[in-house]
Amino acid sequence: MRYPFPVGKSDFIQGDEAIARAAILAGCRFYAGYPITPASEIFEAMALYMPLVDGVSIQMEDELASIAAIIGASWVGAKAMTATSGPGFSLMMENLGYAIMTETPIVVVDVQRSGPSTGQPTLAAQGDVMQAIWGTHGDHSLIVLTPATVQEAFDMTIRAFNLAEKYRTPVILLTDAEVGHMRERVNIPNPEDIELVYRKLPANEEEAKYPFGDIHGDLIPPMPIFGKGYRTYVTGLTHDEKGRPKTVDAEIHHKLIERIVNKIEKNKKDIIDYETFELDDAEVAIVSYGIVARSAIRAVKMLRGEGIKAGLLKLNVVWPFDFEMIEKIAEQVHAIYVPEMNLGQLYHLVKEGANGKARVELIPKIGGEVHTPQEIVKAVKRCEKCI
Amino acid sequence: MRKEVLISGFGGQGVILASVILGRAATVYEGLYAVQTQSYGPESRGGASRAEVVISDEPIDYPKALRPDYAIFFSQEAYQKYLSQLKEGATLILEKDLIPHRNEEVEKKLKLKVYALPLTEIAEETTGLSLTMNILTLGLFVALTKIVSRKAIEKAVLDAVPKGTEQINLKALYKGFELGEKALKEEL
Repeated sequence: MRYPFPVGKSDFIQGDEAIARAAILAGCRFYAGYPITPASEIFEAMALYMPLVDGVSIQMEDELASIAAIIGASWVGAKAMTATSGPGFSLMMENLGYAIMTETPIVVVDVQRSGPSTGQPTLAAQGDVMQAIWGTHGDHSLIVLTPATVQEAFDMTIRAFNLAEKYRTPVILLTDAEVGHMRERVNIPNPEDIELVYRKLPANEEEAKYPFGDIHGDLIPPMPIFGKGYRTYVTGLTHDEKGRPKTVDAEIHHKLIERIVNKIEKNKKDIIDYETFELDDAEVAIVSYGIVARSAIRAVKMLRGEGIKAGLLKLNVVWPFDFEMIEKIAEQVHAIYVPEMNLGQLYHLVKEGANGKARVELIPKIGGEVHTPQEIVKAVKRCEKCI
Repeated sequence: MRKEVLISGFGGQGVILASVILGRAATVYEGLYAVQTQSYGPESRGGASRAEVVISDEPIDYPKALRPDYAIFFSQEAYQKYLSQLKEGATLILEKDLIPHRNEEVEKKLKLKVYALPLTEIAEETTGLSLTMNILTLGLFVALTKIVSRKAIEKAVLDAVPKGTEQINLKALYKGFELGEKALKEEL
């Protein structure tokens, strides 16, 4: 297979471009979208590349239709993706719930910009964290990844497809205008060196009868593909193991939703990914994700230089969330700082995780600029003094 | 080694392209780390344009320029807006004809090494095309700072410019090298 971009070597490209190339290498062959700053470059790249790899890239009338189209594409067997930013992400919430309820593997990229509403189109923010996790209604779970570099945007896009296929779930790649537009070196591996995961298909007609049942005991049902010989009923209504609507039976509802939540929750260890920096002997911890984590690394170095034993936990996955790990850190340190480009979102999860065992302080920033390392240092020092 | 480069001018002067070429030379052809960012406004021509390249021999944490070690200004506006942000002892390249008003007090206070040349005019004389000014300036910048090798910047220029314009751009780049050499010699 020939790729319309260089593989097996490094390139100097934007985060958005890296996401598009990674999607193609992950096997994505259907993209539907609606242009929006700062995610448009993903669409531009997909429009250019897809016809050259026998894939489809289509502009829909809006974001509601874009996510609907990729859900349909997934059910006919394609790995499918859409990308957007805040205003479009809001429009996708209804069908994101549909994808969760129908256990459809899709990848949705949200290149965050400042909101609410159309806000600051060209500037970065981390204001969609809670929306990515809880934006669609009803009880549910899904997976949210947060890259901080262009290389991570590339790697995590491939991982997003693998997790979506493995757990038959939507995966959100939650990045921001800064990572999306910045250029860095990306090492693009040879395609044969990239590990790819494909969804479980029914082994036979008997298995295909239960597209929403836990027939393998792993909480993940095999997914029959439309047009491959099986009759399958797919609905957003509460359904039984065969997919038939059962909308007033509490037990069936409970069983279905519990399994959808548990297939993520019980596999937390496999899904969650994080890095630590100088955390082992830290007395003060910073918990950060995405672009801000890069400022936080520098802040840790600066704080250490001033004699404050700081350490960093950089989250690469913000949902599912490892509350227990945060509690362990809280037992070790006396304070946890959460710098975020919002007025406090992940902060609340960290606070819950810390469980009162350490002080948790928010370092908020909005308006489009990433925290400088100095700002984080200053905020930490100010609070450390007030103990 | 962490070096911060700030390039600013009008939209249309090739500020962004110059920054991308520099980042590409550093990463793809020198094996260094680099982050290129740009301020992204609705303007495409005539408005203010600003790009940054942070270059390092180790992974780059904070990706923005805080105190630029090197700066290239192509407009009076850029000069006025960003001069005081430069690091003490920074190297500064100026498009002399487009920056008639200089602040010698700040330049002196920051101990800047300033190279002010009529870059657009030299580009026009060299290639017949004033828009090769950004590539000429890159040549000058590399010759002065040696932040990447001449080979690396040459390869990155060839990757980035439109097909059919390779020779004309190389001509501009070499002229930049020559100007840089001359300036360094004069300092000795």
